[in-house]
Amino acid sequence: MSNIVVVAEVRGGALKRPSLEAVTAALQLAGQSGAKVAVIACGAGLDAACAELGKSGAHKVVAIDGPAFANYSGDAYAKAVVEQCKALAASAVLMAHTAMGKDLLPRVSALLDTGIVTDVVAVGFEGGAFTAKKPVFAGKATLAVRAAKAPFVATLRPNNFAAAAGGAGAETQKVAAPGGNLLSVVKEIVASGGGKTPLQEAKVVVAGGRGLKEAQHFKMIEDLAAAFGPGVAAVGASRAIVDAGWRPHSEQVGQTGKVVSPPLYFAIGISGAIQHIAGMRTARTIVAINQDADAPIFKIADFGIVGDAFEVVPALTTAIAAIVAGK
Amino acid sequence: MDIVVCIKRVPATDTAIKIAADGKSIDPTGVTFELNAYDEFALEQALRIKEQLNAGSVTVVTIGPKECKKQLDDALARGADKAVLLSTTEWVYDGASTAAALAAWIKTVPCNLVLCGRQAVDSDNNQLPANLAGRLGFACVTEVSKLALDNGVFTAERDIEGAREVVTCKTPAVVSCHKGLNEPRYANLKGIMAAKKKPFVEQPVQLGSKAMEIVALTLPPARAAGKIVGTGVDAVPALIAALREIKVL
Ligand SMILES: Cc1cc2nc3c(=O)[nH]c(=O)nc-3n(C[C@H](O)[C@H](O)[C@H](O)COP(=O)(O)OP(=O)(O)OC[C@H]3O[C@@H](n4cnc5c(N)ncnc54)[C@H](O)[C@@H]3O)c2cc1C
Repeated sequence: MSNIVVVAEVRGGALKRPSLEAVTAALQLAGQSGAKVAVIACGAGLDAACAELGKSGAHKVVAIDGPAFANYSGDAYAKAVVEQCKALAASAVLMAHTAMGKDLLPRVSALLDTGIVTDVVAVGFEGGAFTAKKPVFAGKATLAVRAAKAPFVATLRPNNFAAAAGGAGAETQKVAAPGGNLLSVVKEIVASGGGKTPLQEAKVVVAGGRGLKEAQHFKMIEDLAAAFGPGVAAVGASRAIVDAGWRPHSEQVGQTGKVVSPPLYFAIGISGAIQHIAGMRTARTIVAINQDADAPIFKIADFGIVGDAFEVVPALTTAIAAIVAGK
Repeated sequence: MDIVVCIKRVPATDTAIKIAADGKSIDPTGVTFELNAYDEFALEQALRIKEQLNAGSVTVVTIGPKECKKQLDDALARGADKAVLLSTTEWVYDGASTAAALAAWIKTVPCNLVLCGRQAVDSDNNQLPANLAGRLGFACVTEVSKLALDNGVFTAERDIEGAREVVTCKTPAVVSCHKGLNEPRYANLKGIMAAKKKPFVEQPVQLGSKAMEIVALTLPPARAAGKIVGTGVDAVPALIAALREIKVL
């Protein structure tokens, strides 16, 4: 029987949540196409991650485990993943559209001599072919495609499928990570967020723009994010304040920054330029705070407050902190 | 080092997209096209590497319509040595056939480094560089915002979720370039004049059968009309109530 294969992302032994979202998409496709779901994980010391994956509803877990795979290498991982995809008779290969997924899966697709569709928000199986939908033109349009070559390879936008949970406990097959010549390899990972929640995985994104007037006022954005409690919210920025040097580019949301789709997004002192909207229009709920009632951001916001951020945001922070404390 | 820079002509980022009558592509009427913003970082990095080594060549290549000559000429004016237009009238969206065509062409020229933008802002695929590397058997680092070359080995830095990765990468390599890598130069008059004498090659490209077929290109459903819950600090309770009602709080 063929398998819908999920390539899991494991960093430092920890399974990354978007991998479980990919399992959800895989289970859907497996149901529609009459296949099983197998997960491939690469790394060194994968037991904990595999135990978690085993309970995700997947039918099988393959761990390519060993010291040679302690650090990510696009070429070495791709080769090993492709070998397992062939052994599993993969009809589809899915991975999250993360820094690793974007680096790894295109290479996997090349080695499998097939196509790839990236940053996918919906998958399907119709009339014997895999289908996908993905935003193009920075979310201004949606492209629907049908795979004409096998296997179907896709990266999935994080925060878009629910995380899979509640399987019976699948067996893990261990494969020794092959050593050998690495063309590229990660030498070092420098934590830049100080343990902060990654922007693209955060449940809440609080973003600030030029309306804050000075770099030091970004503190009120950080305070609002912190009010949601540890690990819930991340801060974002418009390009205007990244270009002004107030915030690092890693926090920029938009066409030339990060695309985020959190359940809740706050745009504070952000006008809503088309390039900014491109990065957050798929957020489930958008809240805008802007003193200009005609600001374009209000056209896409679910809820808006017309007002001065310097008054509104501290009051909102207090109110949210009280709710979170009461939970 | 012989460097190939892959560039793409794309609709300007402030374009309001309209769908063409075929329901599968954009209506190009009134659309201004420009060089993909990320490709500027790739071109600039190529010129800097050539300057650092004081040797080698920089060739810019694109797959696209004849109108791409404008962006290729601009690249020559900024300092590239040679421009190649692999011409087609199709919308270049399919990652696999694009990568295959580019890889086939790259194999015919001297090349130890391919530089690309991290993604083209039309198809937003972010897959070509690693795909190309797979087909060429080259090393690869994507979304790089810092790059150093020492003795034929690159040290690259890139942002990952919540951290920064430092990657060593042998040559030959494909590197995809992100914002922050450099400040691109613009063409000056001297460059524009010099560009006129530089080699420009145009040849048709066969893109082969698509690995992904377009079913439809649609505009996303408009977000339901929002609601201004109030004005100023007095509106905070109404906002909280609204968020609690839909259970996001
Ligand atoms: C190629 C290209 C790519 C781009 N990519 C991106 C991108 O990825 N991301 C991005 O964000 N932008 C991007 N831009 C830039 C974009 O066009 C806008 O310039 C930018 O988003 C504006 O940032 P802003 O909303 O913070 O600033 P502004 O447009 O200046 O808006 C500031 C807002 O703050 C409000 N304000 C002022 N004072 C207060 C106050 N006291 N309280 C409340 N509100 C207040 C104002 O009413 C105004 O609406 C790109 C542009 C180009 C050309």
